[in-house]
Amino acid sequence: MSVGAPRGLASSGQKPITEILHPLSAAEETLSSGPDVTVNVGGDQESGLTNGTPVETSSPASASLLFNRLQLDDDSEADARDPYASTETRDLFVTVDDPKKHVSTMETYITYRVSTKTTRIEFDLPEYCVRRRYQDFDWLRIKLEDSQPTHLIPPLPEKFVMKGVVDRFSEEFVETRMKALDKFLKRVADHPVLSFNPHLNAFLSAKDLNKRQGLALLTKVGESVKHVAGGYKLRARPPEFCAMGEYLDTFTQKLGTIDRIAQRILKEQSEYLTELREYGTVYSSWAGSEEELRRPLEGVAGCVTTCCGALEDMSENMSQDFLPVLREYVLYIESMKNVLRKRDQSQAEYEGRLEAAILRKQEDRTPMPVEVEKCQDKVECFNADLKADWERWQSNKRQDFKQLLTGMADKNINHYEKCQAAWESLITLLQEKQTEDKTSETN
Amino acid sequence: MAEDGKDDSVATDDDSDQTAADGSLNNTMVEEGSTLLRRMEICVAEAEKRSGKNAVSMQETFTVYLIETRPMDAVADGRNPAPDSLWRRYSEFELLRNYLIVTYPYIVAPPLPEKRAEFVWHKLSADNMDPDFVERRRVGLENFLLRVASHPVLSNDKILYHFLTEENGWKEVVYETGFQAKADSRLRALSATFRVRNPDKRFMEMKHYSDELQSHTSQLLRARARVADRLYGVYKVHGNYGRVFSEWSAIEKEMGDGLQSAGHHMDAYAASIDDILEEEEHYADQLKEYLSYAEALRAVCRKHELAQFELEMASQDLISKKQQLRTFSFKGMTNKLFGQEAPEQREAKLKLLEELITEGEETVKEKTVECEEHVERAWVDMQRFKEQKDKDLREALINYAVMQISMCKKGIQVWSNAKECFLKM
Repeated sequence: MSVGAPRGLASSGQKPITEILHPLSAAEETLSSGPDVTVNVGGDQESGLTNGTPVETSSPASASLLFNRLQLDDDSEADARDPYASTETRDLFVTVDDPKKHVSTMETYITYRVSTKTTRIEFDLPEYCVRRRYQDFDWLRIKLEDSQPTHLIPPLPEKFVMKGVVDRFSEEFVETRMKALDKFLKRVADHPVLSFNPHLNAFLSAKDLNKRQGLALLTKVGESVKHVAGGYKLRARPPEFCAMGEYLDTFTQKLGTIDRIAQRILKEQSEYLTELREYGTVYSSWAGSEEELRRPLEGVAGCVTTCCGALEDMSENMSQDFLPVLREYVLYIESMKNVLRKRDQSQAEYEGRLEAAILRKQEDRTPMPVEVEKCQDKVECFNADLKADWERWQSNKRQDFKQLLTGMADKNINHYEKCQAAWESLITLLQEKQTEDKTSETN
Repeated sequence: MAEDGKDDSVATDDDSDQTAADGSLNNTMVEEGSTLLRRMEICVAEAEKRSGKNAVSMQETFTVYLIETRPMDAVADGRNPAPDSLWRRYSEFELLRNYLIVTYPYIVAPPLPEKRAEFVWHKLSADNMDPDFVERRRVGLENFLLRVASHPVLSNDKILYHFLTEENGWKEVVYETGFQAKADSRLRALSATFRVRNPDKRFMEMKHYSDELQSHTSQLLRARARVADRLYGVYKVHGNYGRVFSEWSAIEKEMGDGLQSAGHHMDAYAASIDDILEEEEHYADQLKEYLSYAEALRAVCRKHELAQFELEMASQDLISKKQQLRTFSFKGMTNKLFGQEAPEQREAKLKLLEELITEGEETVKEKTVECEEHVERAWVDMQRFKEQKDKDLREALINYAVMQISMCKKGIQVWSNAKECFLKM
C-alpha cells in the first residue's frame, strides 16, 4: 500500500553497523542540507503557486485511487513511479492481508496473513506465508526496540480499544488496522538495518513464534540506560537534535489541527447529506402532481440522489484512509521523540562518566577506563543512526503526506466529476425533450 | 423569463383593439397580437432610497423603483430616444395588482416579488434594505410588468398604461374606478367554497392542483434553504486548511512551497461558496414566483365557486318564490293557513311576488351569464398559464442544472490546482 521507502543508505545491509557511512555521503535524494533542520522563512513560498493553471485531467483521479488499493507485491513499477527511489534493487517484499476471525473458548481474535518474498540468504526459503495476530506484531516491535535502541522503530496502530465504544471486529476497524500493520511491516522491511534483525526473520518465517523469551522481562536497553544514567545531566544537546525536537513538537500540533479540521468537515458533510436527501425527495413528490414537468422533476431528483451517493462514498473514504494515517503519524512522532530522549540519556551518561574519569585521572593518573570509551562509541553510534533514521523518516514523511493529500484532492475531484456527469446527462435529456416538443408544435 | 412575450410574438397587424370584455375569444395560447409589450419597451432600471412622511406623518425610509418606457417602433428603427421614466414604490405595484385581480377575476394574475425575505438561510439578510434583496426585488418587479404587459387581456388595461406613463395622480385614478367596492368579501368567498353544490369539475381539479403546487414549491424552497446553509458550512470549514497548511509550511523545507500554495487554493475554495449561493437565489426567486402563482390560480377557482354559488342561490331563491306563488293560488289553502284576508291585501301580495319573480328571473339570467363567462375566460387563461408554467419551470430546472455543473467545474478546478501543489511537495 505505501510507496516504498527511499533507499537512503547505499549499503545493502551486509556491512556491520559501525561501517555504515554517514548518511550525507550516501544519500540518493537531492536534499540540500544535512540533518540540520532549518526553518524556512522568507517570501519565496509563493514561487510554487499555481494560480488557475488548468490541469489536464485524463482521469488521473480514478487511476491513482485504484493504484492505492492494489497490493504492491511486485514493487518494481512502484519504484519507477517514485522519484526518490534509488536504482538499488529491493530484495525483501512483505505484505499483510486476508484478515480472518478465530473463535476459541478463551477468546476471539483476528489473524492476518503475512506474505514474504525474498532473495536474501538470511532466509532459508524464497517465499513465506504465515498467519500473525496483533500480539505478534507487538512482540516484534518490542524486540526491535530492545535490540536496536538507537534506531527509530515505526509505530503500530493503537493497541487498546475501548470495548464498548469501538467494534473490534467490524470490517472497517479490521481493514484500517490491517493497513497500518502492513505499513509498519513494510517500513521495517525497507530499513537497511532493521530488516536484517533476526526477530524480523523469525516473525516472517517461523511457523510458531516462540514469544516466551522476550515477553517475560521487558529489559529495555533504554530503561537500563536510564538506570545507569540516573545521576547524569545532559550538558548541551547538539543543536541539530534540538531542532529535531522542536520540529516534532510543532508538527504534532499541526497534525492535531488537521485531524480536527478533517473531522469537522466530515461532520458538516454528514449534515449536508441529510438535508440533501430530503431535498431530493421533495422533487420526487412534486413530480407526482405534474404531467409535463414530471420527467424533468424526476430527473432532478435522480441527480440529487446520485450526488448524495458520491458524497457518501467520499466521506467514507476520507474516514477510512485519511484520518487513520494522520493518527498513525502522531504515534510515529512519539516514537521519534522517545528515540531522541534515549539519545539524550546516552549522551548524558557518557558525559557523566567522562567527567568522573577526568577527575580521577587528575587525582591519581589512572588511564581512561574502557567503559568511557565504550560510552563515547555508543553516543557517536547513536547520533549517526539517529541522523540517518531522521533523514529516512523525513523523506518517508514527505512521500506519505504527498500521497495522503494528493489522495484527498483526488477524492474531491472524483466526487465533483461524478456529480457533474449526472447533471450534464440531465440537461441532455431535458433539451432533447425540448426540441422534441418544438418539432411537434410546428407540425 | 417573461421575455417570451417579446421573442415569441409573431408580427401581426391584428391591432384590432379587442378589449377585455371580449378578450377571451382571441387566441391567447401564444403571446401574439397587440399586447402592450409589443408596442412598448419596459424595464425597471434602478432602485433608490427615499425618505418621507407616511400616512401618519411619521418619518420613514423606503425604496422607489425607476420604470423606463420607450416606444418599440423607435427602438426598432434604430433611433435611440431617451426613455420616459417615472418612480414607483412597491406599495403602488401592490395597488396595481389588486386592481387587476378585482377587475379581471378570471385571469391568473402575475405575482409580485415577495414583500419580505422569506425562506432565508442564515447568511442571507432578511433586511428589506439589503442591497441584494433590493436588486432581486427590482428584477422581480420588472418581471411582473413584463408578464402583465405581454398578457393578451391584461396588457390592454388603461390603468396599467397609466401606471407606466403618468407618475402623478395615478393613485386617485385607480381609486376612482371603485374597484375596491367590487372586491369579494372573504367571508362570502369562504362560505361559497363550503356550500356550493355543483362547481365545474375541471375547476375543482385545478384548485386541488393549485394546493399541490403551493405545497410543493414551499417545501422545495424550505429544503433548498437548509441545503444551502449546510453547504455553506462545508465549504467554509475548508478555509481552516488554508491556515494550518500555511503554519505547517513554515517548519518544512522542500514541502513548504507546495503546502503554502495548496493552502491558498483551500482559501479560494472556501470563498467560492458565496457567489455560488448568491446565484442560486435566482433559482429560488423563480420558485417563489410560482409559489405566488399557485395562490393566484386558486383565487380564480374560488371566484368560480363564488359565481356558481351565487347562481345556485339565485336559482334556489327563484324556485322558492315560484313555489310561494303556486301555494298562493290555492285560495283555500292560504285561507286555512293564514286566516281571512282582505282581497286587496292578497292582490298586493300577489303583485309583489310576481315582481320579485321577474326580478329573480333577471338575476338568474345575469348570474348564469356571469358564471358562464367566467368559466369560459378562466379556462382559457388557465390553459395559457399551464403552458407558461411548464415552459418556465422546465427552463428554471435546466438553469439549476447548469448552475450545479458550474459549481462542480469550479470544485474540480480548485482541487486540481491544490493537487498540483501537493504533487510539488
